[in-house]
Amino acid sequence: MIAIVDYRAGNLTSVKKALDRVGAESFVTSDPQALAGAAKIILPGVGHFAATEVLATSGMSRAIAEAIGREVPFLGICVGMQWLFETSEEAPATRGLGLFPGQCEHFPLEVKSPHVGWNDLTRERPSFLLAGVPQNSFVYFTHTYRAPVGPGSVAQCEYGGTFSAAVERDRVFGVQFHPEKSGEIGLKILRNFHEVPC
Amino acid sequence: MLTRRIIVCLDVDGGRVVKGVQFAKLRDAGDPVELAAAHAAAGADEIVLLDITATHEKRATLLETVRRTARELMVPFTVGGGIRSVDDASAVFDAGADKVAINSAALADPTLITQIAAKFGSQAAVVAIDARASAERSHFEVKKTGGRDATGRDAVAWAREAQEAGAGEFLVTSMDRDGTQDGFDMELTRAIAAVAHIPVIASGGAGAINHFVKVFQPGGADAALAASIFHFGLIRMNDLKQHLRQEGIPVRWPC
Repeated sequence: MIAIVDYRAGNLTSVKKALDRVGAESFVTSDPQALAGAAKIILPGVGHFAATEVLATSGMSRAIAEAIGREVPFLGICVGMQWLFETSEEAPATRGLGLFPGQCEHFPLEVKSPHVGWNDLTRERPSFLLAGVPQNSFVYFTHTYRAPVGPGSVAQCEYGGTFSAAVERDRVFGVQFHPEKSGEIGLKILRNFHEVPC
Repeated sequence: MLTRRIIVCLDVDGGRVVKGVQFAKLRDAGDPVELAAAHAAAGADEIVLLDITATHEKRATLLETVRRTARELMVPFTVGGGIRSVDDASAVFDAGADKVAINSAALADPTLITQIAAKFGSQAAVVAIDARASAERSHFEVKKTGGRDATGRDAVAWAREAQEAGAGEFLVTSMDRDGTQDGFDMELTRAIAAVAHIPVIASGGAGAINHFVKVFQPGGADAALAASIFHFGLIRMNDLKQHLRQEGIPVRWPC
């Protein structure tokens, strides 16, 4: 079963619905102890980076870090991906997990923000999560802050400069876009996550 | 590259799509659930459902419609009409909407935009502006309650205020053009786009492929919304997107 972490900032209905569509069983939880029995974990989120603070205070951060330590596959979506980085300009006092280096930053002022709509992925290196996703596939984004391109990036996107659209390291995955809102391509990506061996 | 979006709108009354619908191969042509899914499959980038009656008795029907429609959709889904409070918005999000469109209630109390943005994020707070040109077309006046009542407010001034309050997108409908199929109101779209630092969705008047080219290129819209022309099959999404691409306008194609 895939645990969908509820921290009161997510599009949980859509994520659950999309997982149902690809035949992946899932449950929604805000209880850190429930992660002990989860085969995989998804951290969704469309809210504010500061909303992830509740993960630390509830003990969820530690439970996720421990699960990742046990090699439980993990997928962070949108703010859930940004949380895998060190910090964000959006809430400088809030710490992310720091599995990927760098700080998430606001889009430059010369482009409209939030970055809303369908943009294309430039794939950079082999990726388990993006297996079978063609170069320049369109996915749906909606966000105001962006994560830097770095060694963990497996796909970039261009909007007022390039940023990380997808990151991957061992069994830890993150996507800035919303696979649950990205039509067939999005379902393909969720199916790939479902098929990561446990 | 970020693409321009084509959005299909469903006007719903008591659980049924009310603008004329002639979509082929649908068992129930007026069912929003089937229509939304068919438009998404045809390549619509987003679906907007507007509850045009929004009477108290019909809210429960609306939420059930939203729930059933959301279940079928794997593209972004906005719901508007009759959202007067954070609780109304919460109910619509719980039913599966990704964004809410607010209009009259935001005019009455702009802090509603701020409250929704604080709770669900700015990206989820779409401010719908229904506007009509003044007699001499010197400016655009905001209308409320489904375009029926005057507000005495200038559309550009209201747009500035709404985005300061935390709006994530504007849905700008020309009351002059709505239903005419004479093309989008370019002046209105340009006037709002000129002050907006958030995306602008142009609505009202779409009747031909060329109208979309214009509203994107000189018009400066980030997205364009239409209802009847897609329901009636007057324009096929396939043809529209191919044409836009040939004109050098980035679109999600193939979908």
